[in-house]
Amino acid sequence: MSFRSSRGLFAYAVFTALATLGLICMGGLVTSKGVGMAVPDWPTSFGYNMFALPVNQWFHGGVFDEHTHRLWASTVGVLVVFLVRFLGGVESRRPLAWIGAVEVALGASLLAVGPSWKGAGHFLMGIGGVVLLAALTGFRGQRAAAPLPTLGWLSFWAVQIQGLLGGLRVVLDQWVVGDLTLGLILGLVHGCLGQGFFVLLGVIAFCLSPLWESISLSRPSGPGAGVPFWFGLGCGLVVLQLILGASMRHQHAGLAIPDFPTAYGRWWPDVDSESLVRYNQNRVDESSVTAFQILLQMAHRIGALAVVVSVGMSLGSARSRYGAASPVGRLAAVWLAIVLAQFALGASILWTHKAADVATAHVALGAAALLTGTLLILVARKLSLPECGTAPVGVVPVFAARSAR
Amino acid sequence: MNTMLKLVAAVSTAALPLTAAEVTGKVSLKGTPPPEKVIAAVKADANCGKVAQGDAKTRIYLVGPDGGLANTIVYVKKGLEGKTFTAPATKVDIDQAGCMYQPYVSAAMVGQTLAIKNSDPFMHNVNVQPKVAGNKGFNIAQATQGKVDEKSFEKPELGIRFACNVHPWMIAYVSTFENPFFAVSDDKGNFTIKGDLPDGKYTLEAYHQKGGAVTQDIEVKGGKAKADFTIEVKAAQ
Repeated sequence: MSFRSSRGLFAYAVFTALATLGLICMGGLVTSKGVGMAVPDWPTSFGYNMFALPVNQWFHGGVFDEHTHRLWASTVGVLVVFLVRFLGGVESRRPLAWIGAVEVALGASLLAVGPSWKGAGHFLMGIGGVVLLAALTGFRGQRAAAPLPTLGWLSFWAVQIQGLLGGLRVVLDQWVVGDLTLGLILGLVHGCLGQGFFVLLGVIAFCLSPLWESISLSRPSGPGAGVPFWFGLGCGLVVLQLILGASMRHQHAGLAIPDFPTAYGRWWPDVDSESLVRYNQNRVDESSVTAFQILLQMAHRIGALAVVVSVGMSLGSARSRYGAASPVGRLAAVWLAIVLAQFALGASILWTHKAADVATAHVALGAAALLTGTLLILVARKLSLPECGTAPVGVVPVFAARSAR
Repeated sequence: MNTMLKLVAAVSTAALPLTAAEVTGKVSLKGTPPPEKVIAAVKADANCGKVAQGDAKTRIYLVGPDGGLANTIVYVKKGLEGKTFTAPATKVDIDQAGCMYQPYVSAAMVGQTLAIKNSDPFMHNVNVQPKVAGNKGFNIAQATQGKVDEKSFEKPELGIRFACNVHPWMIAYVSTFENPFFAVSDDKGNFTIKGDLPDGKYTLEAYHQKGGAVTQDIEVKGGKAKADFTIEVKAAQ
C-alpha cells in the first residue's frame, strides 16, 4: 500500500484534522449541555464495552452526546495512529509495533488484576491492537520531510493523553482538590489540549498541502519582512482566551454575567457580597455565580477586544509588509474575519442564554482562530527565509522542506 | 392488675412523648423574582415527552397567592449545641418521575437514609457532588423503572445538589442536619417543625436555595412557638 502522491497523504491529514474539529464540536456540545457525566463509567459505558453499548441506551438524552463523543474520539485516535504510520514511513513500523505490543500486554495484565479492571484491560488491548495493526500495514511510502514525522508522533501521544484525560475526567469527577473537583480541573485541561491537538493536526495538514509548497519563495521587496510582532501577540492572546473560555465553560459560568455589552447594567459590575446576593437571587437558572466567575468573564471580554485589536493590527502589518494579495495578507484577512465572527458569537451566547449550538460554534471557531494564527506565523516565517527550504537552521527552515512524495 | 397498669403506662409514654413540641410559621417572599420558565426540553425529549405531565416548569420561586414561599428549609440553627440526636429509621424518598425530581427540595438528618427511586420507564443517572468534606458524592445510573438506591450523608450541609446529566434540567436539593428539627415550607409557605424540642430559646433559620437565608430568635414555651419569615428578592441592577 502506498499513497500515489503527497496529495493522498495531504487529503488523509485534512480528513483527520476535520474529524478532530468535529470531535471538538461534539465535546463542546457535551459541555454546553452539561451532559458530560451522563455515562458514569469509563472506558466502559454502563458496564458495556464502549463499542457494544445497545443502541437504545445510546440514543437516550445526554447519553447520546457523551457516548458519541467517546466513539468519535476513538475514531480520531485510529486516524492519528495511521497518520503516524504514513508520515513515518517504514521507519515508524518498529516503534509502533513496540508500543502496540506493550499496550496489549498492559491491557492483558489489567484483566488479571480483577473484574473491575476488565473494561480498562479490554480497552487498552484494543488500542494496542490498532497500533499493532498500523505497524503491520504494508504501506511502503517514504518518510515525510522533517519535522512532519515528529509532529505525527506528537499528535500520537497527544491523542492518547487526551483520551486518558477525558476518561479520568469522568471517573475522578468526585475527587476534590482544594475547592475544586478533579473533574473540573481535568475537564479544563482536556478542553485546552483538544484545541492544541487540533492545531497540531492542522499544521501537519497545511505542511502537506500544495499551498504550502506553492508559497512564493521570493522575499517581499523592501525592509520589514519577517513575522510581525502582532502575529505573535494575536496568537498568544487567542491562546489566553481559549484558556479563559474553557475555565468559564467547565465551571458552567458562561452566564456569570447575563447581559452584553453592559455587565449587570454597568460597564464594570460590582462584585461585593451584597451585589452577588442580588445577582444570584435574580438568576433564571439553577446555578449561582461567584465574584471570581464574574471577573473571569470580564477578563474574557477584555481579552476579546485585545484579540480583535491585535488581529486587526496583524492585518495592517501583513498588508504593508507582504501586500494584500500575498498569502500572508490573505490569511491575515481570513484571521480577522474569523475573530470578528468569534466576537459576535461570544455576544450571541449571552443574548441566546447560552444556546448549546451557539456556545459550541464559539468553541469551534476559537480553535479555527488559533490554527489560522499559527499558520499565519508559519507562512510568514517561510516567506522571510533567505532561501526557504535550504537554510538548515532552526525549526522553521525544516518546515520549508518539501513533504514526502 | 399492677402489671396491666405498667403496660398501659409504657404504651402511653411511647405513643405520646411528653415533650412533643410544634414550631409553626410561614415563609413569605417580598419583591419580584424572575418568572419561572417552561422547560421545553422535557416535551422535546423522545422519552420524557411520553411521561411528562403538562408543561414542566422551573421551581426556583414557587410563590402562593398570598406571597407564601415554598421549598424553604426552616431549621433550628442554634440552641442545641452539645446535644446529640439519632437519625430516624424512616427514609426520605426522592423520586424521579416524569423527568423531574420529586420533591424539588427535601431535608434529612445526617445518617438518615435517602431512598432515591426511578419511577420512569427509562434510565436516569443521579450525580451528587456535596461540598462539605465528609459527605461522599456519587454518580449512579438507574436504568430500570422502580429501581431504588439508598444513600446517606454524614455531615450537615445546605442544598446538596442532585442532578441527572442524561436530562440536565433535572435538579433537586437535599439539606442535612445534625438535629431532627427542620421542615420544608409547603406551597403556601407554611411550615411545621415537630418533635421533642425542649422549651427554651433557639435561633431558627429559613434557607431558600436562591432567595438566601434569614434567621430569627424564638422561644419555645409549653411546646409551642411561632415564627414567620420574609425573604426579600432585590432587583439585580
